[in-house]
Amino acid sequence: MAGPSRTTGPSTNGHSADAESVREALGGSPGGGEPEGGGGGPALPQRIVRALASQVTRRIPEANLDDRDPDYIRETLPGLWLLSSLYFRGEVRGLGNIPEKGPVLLVGNHSGGNLTVDTGVFMLAFSAYFGVEREIYSLAHNLVVSMPGLGFLKKWGVVAASRENARKALEDGNALLVYPGGDYEVHRPVWERNKVDFDGRKGWIRTALEHDVPIVPVVAIGGQETSLFLSRGETLAKLLMLDRAFRLKVLPISIAPPWGINVGDFLGHIPLPAKITVETLPPIDVREEFGDDPDLDEAYDHITRLMQETLDALAAERRFPVVG
Amino acid sequence: MRVEARIQVSAPASAVWDFIADPARYLHFMAGITRWEVESEEPTGMGARYRMLMRVRSAEVGGLVEVVEWDEPRDMAWVSVTGIDQRGRWRLRERRFGRTDVELRLSYGVAGSGLLGWIADRVAAPTVRDNLRRTLQQLKRQVEHEQLRAAAAARREAKQRAAAGD
Repeated sequence: MAGPSRTTGPSTNGHSADAESVREALGGSPGGGEPEGGGGGPALPQRIVRALASQVTRRIPEANLDDRDPDYIRETLPGLWLLSSLYFRGEVRGLGNIPEKGPVLLVGNHSGGNLTVDTGVFMLAFSAYFGVEREIYSLAHNLVVSMPGLGFLKKWGVVAASRENARKALEDGNALLVYPGGDYEVHRPVWERNKVDFDGRKGWIRTALEHDVPIVPVVAIGGQETSLFLSRGETLAKLLMLDRAFRLKVLPISIAPPWGINVGDFLGHIPLPAKITVETLPPIDVREEFGDDPDLDEAYDHITRLMQETLDALAAERRFPVVG
Repeated sequence: MRVEARIQVSAPASAVWDFIADPARYLHFMAGITRWEVESEEPTGMGARYRMLMRVRSAEVGGLVEVVEWDEPRDMAWVSVTGIDQRGRWRLRERRFGRTDVELRLSYGVAGSGLLGWIADRVAAPTVRDNLRRTLQQLKRQVEHEQLRAAAAARREAKQRAAAGD
C-alpha cells in the first residue's frame, strides 16, 4: 500500500498510555485521575494485581491498522450473515445516513456483555453496504483485543481503544466505530436495557472536533436481551482492584447459558437469540450545530437525547423481550 | 448459486428492452433493490457500471457491477467488479403475436467462503428467487401498462386527426 505506514512501534502503540488517557480517547470519563498507592510501597494484593495487569498489557496487540484484512472480511461475511439473519434476525436501518466517503465517527450504544452481538450485526451490514474496500475500524476494550482466540477481530479492523488509534483511523479517512459507554454500559442490568448510558464520558466529542469529522449515532436494541444481566458488580471490581489494573470498572454478574450464574463473563456465554435492530441516524457536524467553540455538555446532551429517543422508538416496536 | 425466473410479457422485445436498458427505472420495478446508481460516464450500454444493492434478510448485499454483454434487444449481462461475486442476465426472446419471453438470471456467491458460504447461498436463495419473480411481475405490469397507454394515445391522435380532417 502506498503512503506512510500505519504500523507503529511499541513505544507509540497507544496502549502503553495510562488508563486515563485511554479512557479519555473514547469515553473521557469524568471520574478524574486514578490515585496512586500511598507511601510505604504497595501491598501484596496490589503487587499481584499490577503484575497481572502488566501481563495483560504485554498481550495487547500493537496499534496496527494494517492488520485489517478485506479478503478475510469478505470470506467470513457469509458466515456472519447466517448468524445475523437466522439467529439474531438482524435488521440495520439508515445506512444511507452515513456519508458515502471520508472519515466519520460512528458512535453507538453498547449492549450484550462481553459478546456484543449488535456490533457484529452492524459491521456485517456496513461491510455489505459499502463494500469491504471501505475501511471501518472499531475501538474495543484492551481485554477484548488481548483475549486469546479473538485474534480474528484484528482482521475485522478491531483495535485497542486509544486516542492514537482513533487519530490514525480518522486521519486516514476511515470510518471509526466507538462505544463511549464501554464496559460500564455494556454490563448494565437488564431492566436498564433500553437506556443509553455513556456515564458522562465526552471524549468522543473531543475526538470528532479534533479531527473535524461528523458524528453518526448508531442506536441498537436487543443486545441487552442476549443474557439476563443482573448487576455491573462495580463494588466487587473495586474490591478486587480491577479498575486500577485492567481499566475494568465492573465485574458483571448475570445468568447466562451454559454457566447459569456468570461472574465476570470472562469465558463468554451463549447469547440468547434476541432480535437485534440497529438504526443509523443522520450525521451531526458538532461545529455546525453548536458553533466554533461548542459546549461539550450541550453537544453531549443533544446527541445522547437523540439516541435515547431513537432507542425509545425502537423499544416501542418490540412486543416481547428476546423475540422482538 | 444460480437462481432464475421467467415470465411472458404482452409486448414486443423492444418495449421490454426500453425498460431494462434504463437504469432510472430499476428502483421502480426491481424488487428488493435498495440502490441502483450509475457509476460510469455512460449511463447505459456496454461497459456501463452501476452500484447496486439488494436487501437479503439482515444485510443489503451487492456491489459495483459492469455490463459485459449488450445485444439489443435480446441479451444483457453484467458481472460484479466489487462486492459479492455475481453474474446476471436479462434474456429476451420475441414470440408470436407481439409477446416476449423474459428471463432474469442471477448467479451469486463469495469465492473462498467455504462451507458457510455454501450454506449462506442456499439460505439466501428463496429470498433472491422471490425478488426475481416479483421483479418480473412488476416489469410485466409496467411494460404492458405502458403499451396500453401508448395504444390509447395513438387512438386519441387518430381520432383528433380524423376530426380535423372532417
